[in-house]
Amino acid sequence: MSKFRHRSLHLLGVLLTGLLFTLLAACSKANPQSTFDTLGPVSRNQATILYVIAGVGTFVFILVFGILAYTVIRYRRRSPDDPDPPQIHGNDKLEVAWTIAPAIVLIAVAVPTLQGIFYAANPPTEARLTVEATGHQWWFEFKYPELGVVTANEMHIPEDEAVIVELRSVDVNHSFWVPKLAGKVDMIPNNENRLWLQADESGMYYGQCAEFCGESHAKMRFRVVVEPRAEFDAWVARQQAAAAVPGDPLAKEGHDLFMSNQARCFACHTIAGTQKARGTVGPNLTHFASRQHLAAGNLENTQENLRMWLEDPDAVKPGNLMSRDAAVYNGQGEPLTEPQISALVAFLRSLE
Amino acid sequence: MTTLSFPIIRRPMHPTGVWSWITTIDHKRIGILYGVTAFALFILGGIEALLIRTQLIGPDRDFVSAEVFNQLFTMHGTTMIFLAIMPLGAAFFNFVIPLQIGARDVAFPRLNAFSYWTFLAGAIILNASWFLGGAPNAGWFGYAPITGQAFNPGHGIDFWIIGLQVLGIASLAAAFNFIVTIINMRAPGMTWMRLPLFTWMTFITAILLVLAFPVITVALIELMFDRKFGTNFFFTPAGGNPVLWQHLFWVFGHPEVYILILPAMGIVSEVLPTFSKKPLFGYPTVVLAGALIGFMGWMVWSHHMFTVGLGPIANSVFTITTMAIAVPTGIKIFNWLGTIWKGSLDFRTPMLFALGFIVLFTIGGISGVMHSMASSDAQQQDTYFIIAHIHYVLFSGAIMAIMAGIYYWFPKFSGRMYDERMGKMHFVLMFIGQNLAFFPMHFYGLDGMPRRIYTYDADMGWTALNALSTSGAYLIAFSFFIFIFNMVKSWRKGEKAANDPWDGRTLEWSIPSPPPEHNFDEIPTVHDRDDWWARKRGGVKHGVPVSGGSGEGHAIHMPQPSFWPIVVSIGLLVGAFGLIYNVAVAGIGGGIAMVGIYAWAFEPVNEPDEKQPAHH
Amino acid sequence: MAQVTAASHGEHEATTTGLNHRKMLMWAFLGSDCMFFGSLIATYLVYKGKSKAGPFPEDVFSIPVTSVSTFVLLMSSMSMVLAYAALTRGNMKAFRIWLASTVIMGATFLAFQTFEFYEFANHEVVVECNDPDAADWTDLQAKVGSACGSFVAGEETEVTIGEYTVKVFEEDGHAVAETTAGLTPRTNLFGTTFFTLTGFHGAHVTLGVIWLLSLFFFSFRKGGVTPKRNLDVDLAALYWHFVDVVWIVIFTVVYLFGVFQGF
Repeated sequence: MSKFRHRSLHLLGVLLTGLLFTLLAACSKANPQSTFDTLGPVSRNQATILYVIAGVGTFVFILVFGILAYTVIRYRRRSPDDPDPPQIHGNDKLEVAWTIAPAIVLIAVAVPTLQGIFYAANPPTEARLTVEATGHQWWFEFKYPELGVVTANEMHIPEDEAVIVELRSVDVNHSFWVPKLAGKVDMIPNNENRLWLQADESGMYYGQCAEFCGESHAKMRFRVVVEPRAEFDAWVARQQAAAAVPGDPLAKEGHDLFMSNQARCFACHTIAGTQKARGTVGPNLTHFASRQHLAAGNLENTQENLRMWLEDPDAVKPGNLMSRDAAVYNGQGEPLTEPQISALVAFLRSLE
Repeated sequence: MTTLSFPIIRRPMHPTGVWSWITTIDHKRIGILYGVTAFALFILGGIEALLIRTQLIGPDRDFVSAEVFNQLFTMHGTTMIFLAIMPLGAAFFNFVIPLQIGARDVAFPRLNAFSYWTFLAGAIILNASWFLGGAPNAGWFGYAPITGQAFNPGHGIDFWIIGLQVLGIASLAAAFNFIVTIINMRAPGMTWMRLPLFTWMTFITAILLVLAFPVITVALIELMFDRKFGTNFFFTPAGGNPVLWQHLFWVFGHPEVYILILPAMGIVSEVLPTFSKKPLFGYPTVVLAGALIGFMGWMVWSHHMFTVGLGPIANSVFTITTMAIAVPTGIKIFNWLGTIWKGSLDFRTPMLFALGFIVLFTIGGISGVMHSMASSDAQQQDTYFIIAHIHYVLFSGAIMAIMAGIYYWFPKFSGRMYDERMGKMHFVLMFIGQNLAFFPMHFYGLDGMPRRIYTYDADMGWTALNALSTSGAYLIAFSFFIFIFNMVKSWRKGEKAANDPWDGRTLEWSIPSPPPEHNFDEIPTVHDRDDWWARKRGGVKHGVPVSGGSGEGHAIHMPQPSFWPIVVSIGLLVGAFGLIYNVAVAGIGGGIAMVGIYAWAFEPVNEPDEKQPAHH
Repeated sequence: MAQVTAASHGEHEATTTGLNHRKMLMWAFLGSDCMFFGSLIATYLVYKGKSKAGPFPEDVFSIPVTSVSTFVLLMSSMSMVLAYAALTRGNMKAFRIWLASTVIMGATFLAFQTFEFYEFANHEVVVECNDPDAADWTDLQAKVGSACGSFVAGEETEVTIGEYTVKVFEEDGHAVAETTAGLTPRTNLFGTTFFTLTGFHGAHVTLGVIWLLSLFFFSFRKGGVTPKRNLDVDLAALYWHFVDVVWIVIFTVVYLFGVFQGF
């Protein structure tokens, strides 16, 4: 097969592969973190701008590729004795044309882009709910200051309402990203960033930290639960309540172990309504059992998973601070026994 | 024969064997040293990539641990940028520039050798970390505060900091050298607008290096002081602001990416005309576009920080400046198309890589324009969409162009022809492999996969495309086996190359392959752009004949080899370890370097020698 | 002529622009050094006024003292110019005298810097409780002065205010509040950025002093430094002037802007 035909076939192959992937992209809306599946005004605005430039870009690519493909076929050297082609040095008119044309296109595209920048940066005036999201290595803390709610890794917001999210960090840089609702903004210590988002419809949305933050960066995930206003208010009310007092004997045992000097869970975790558990190093566990996931959005909140987490947190989130700092995990104290874990599981699962 | 007698070390006048390489100050040999070393480090970076891709071929794998994965992606990025692409570029600057401008060597031959040995020292320091407690693990841009002592107490980050500082010294020294060489050592008649395009792009790159590196030097000093001395530059409890690190880093980092791509564009601008038998279309515009890219590259850095919360005004300004830089980039691409249009195209391997560059770099440029738009960038930042962009411009861009350059100048530096069939096979497999590896990344990036994650869940929907990327990576690796085999076999046993195997246009093709030590028997007087082509095709205006052959040079004084460059580099290497571990050792290293510097200063550039002219 | 050799006969190799290679190299290096100091000064400015705790510039800077050292450094540039001029005229004795003066003045500047750094690190805040000019106190002085309320006649009391342990006692019939408030690179953002910036400047001066001293001794070697072979001195002079100019910027931006309000 001659060289140029070889090349043309390769070029064709690239084109087809490109088409294939475009199709694949269209099918990916179902994926949990797809930015194509825009379910809020901010992400929709951002996606629209992407589609505009993708269209322009595709056109440019086809133009460049097309000219190249034509040239390599039409002007290939047919024999080593071919004469020299005319030694053209340039064409001023073309230079001007292909400077001005892209500039015009870019200016045109810049207009909606800048509008979008300001749109995403300025929350609508009717936004009434503010959530304070704080990044920790490797979990998300969510506070609702006006409502007196503190929780972790699962943020509830009402459907179809603009919500302001204040972004903070206590340690390193993190980033708050719920792809289906809005582009990300970073959580940087000593910086007061914020973003706003709004969800069109109820559902559970996936979020993930998107700024490298250490060993378990890949495991720093969260969920945003969007529900109708009435249900959101009910959730708030439940979260505002103090922790349930354990009735079941095994759960009571777990409670006592939680507050004991062996396990010392109270030193890092808060359980509102108890005297002792006021720690703020780790997630607030007051309503732990009401959450659908544990370990920062990585595992479903089931009995087996909770057990697995308590047996060996490091296997779920390598390098996590509980494994590093808690005496029952880091070898400085007696590890938890199986019955003890069962008690803790019962206790934590009673914290609705 | 070296004349070594301790304690007074006499200058090696005509060393042979290994000593001749250690003491060489010949730009051609230094270029080969750079090229071979950088290529080996490129392979190392490639292995790191293969390990990353193997871990990510499927969900929830534990092929490597999270900590090792973080070290791998950090070292992959750092290696490819600082230990592969930059020194591969330096290999070409070294070998080719003096030949293209009609000079016998660079302005400062010993400084040139020093640049190489210091680069090697930097490579050793960075990679020593693997064996001394773990490689750096916070990404190639090392954002504070995770690189601070509190969050990263081991030595990995220290190796990263010191390694980059040493590499910075090497790069700065080389940049100074090339600036002076290109300004001050051009053959008579070689005006600025007759300079080969590769030389022009190198000149702009050198200026960028001189101005950009000191900024990262300061950032690294500040980070090191925080780690070692407890200062507060990025220490948040005292009010330190991590955003300062980002600004300093990216004020360096953005010009850095133009440092990576401009030489590559220069190579493409040489290969296309040669293999089309036409001059570069719009030469003055292409030069201007390169200069504009270099200049405007200083005004765009915060597009790496669109999600940092700088505010909509700042984000808008940087959106505009970044979109603006697409214009000169586009100009270059269109002028390349104009070059091949109506040419007589020869599709040997260098041309295939150059053409592939045009197509694939365009894709990288388009995704770059997508990133430039701060609003939609908020969905792309820190995802695999960025990784797609990076690899299209740096792998399918810079590396493709470097491959074009290696095949193009192979006859000149080795004196032999490479195997054309193997070259084409390398191209085809690499072309397919890189598109398989990197094109899907656009999609799973927009599908929500962040970068720098050591694993992902099965139900995220990223598995199939990740597997495709991994297979592409392996295909790229396989293609490089063919390349290495071709290089080794051809260098040793390839068909002997003529002076001008490609019917080239620039001065390096007017002298033998490989060139004699003194390069030109007689320095040519230049009358045209593409002067060699003009002479061959009879366009000589002033009738001054210049021999292109290999007549015996007479009374040419070449500078002699020297020990002192490598001594100073060794001092830096020892000092570097001292800065990490033990201040006394740092003092010793500094002392060695100072002795070397003084000895170098007192050593004349060259000494009277009866055995001249230079021999082989 | 067409034949350009790579031989360097010292300073007389033919170059495309006519400028000496090494001189061009020095200018390129100074360009990079501009960016180096520019980044350090930018860091200083970014953190200016942001320290959470003192001492602050108005507490430690002594403009009179630093003006003297600045003057000395400026004069050293003048003596450097005179040294080079004497050399090109062929007056080797004058050359060496002026060169030695430059070295001495450079060393004097460094001595002043060392003294200043020592003073800053051991800075003490002493305020008289009944000072009639208390309205002019700096923020730090006011903070320390707030301990005056704990004064007990005839006794030395200790009060903790923030991170300081303030002693309040009687001296010469006056109530006095005193504490150590040293400024080191670790103290606050001001200490960090100030010492790093001026420290690197001082390091540049030190390297310059060593270079000039080397040239001084080298000038005694036959043919080492001559009116014709003056490039080494020219290059050192260029470096020295650059270091001086950087100091002028630092003195203005750090010292003057730090002490006088409205910047």
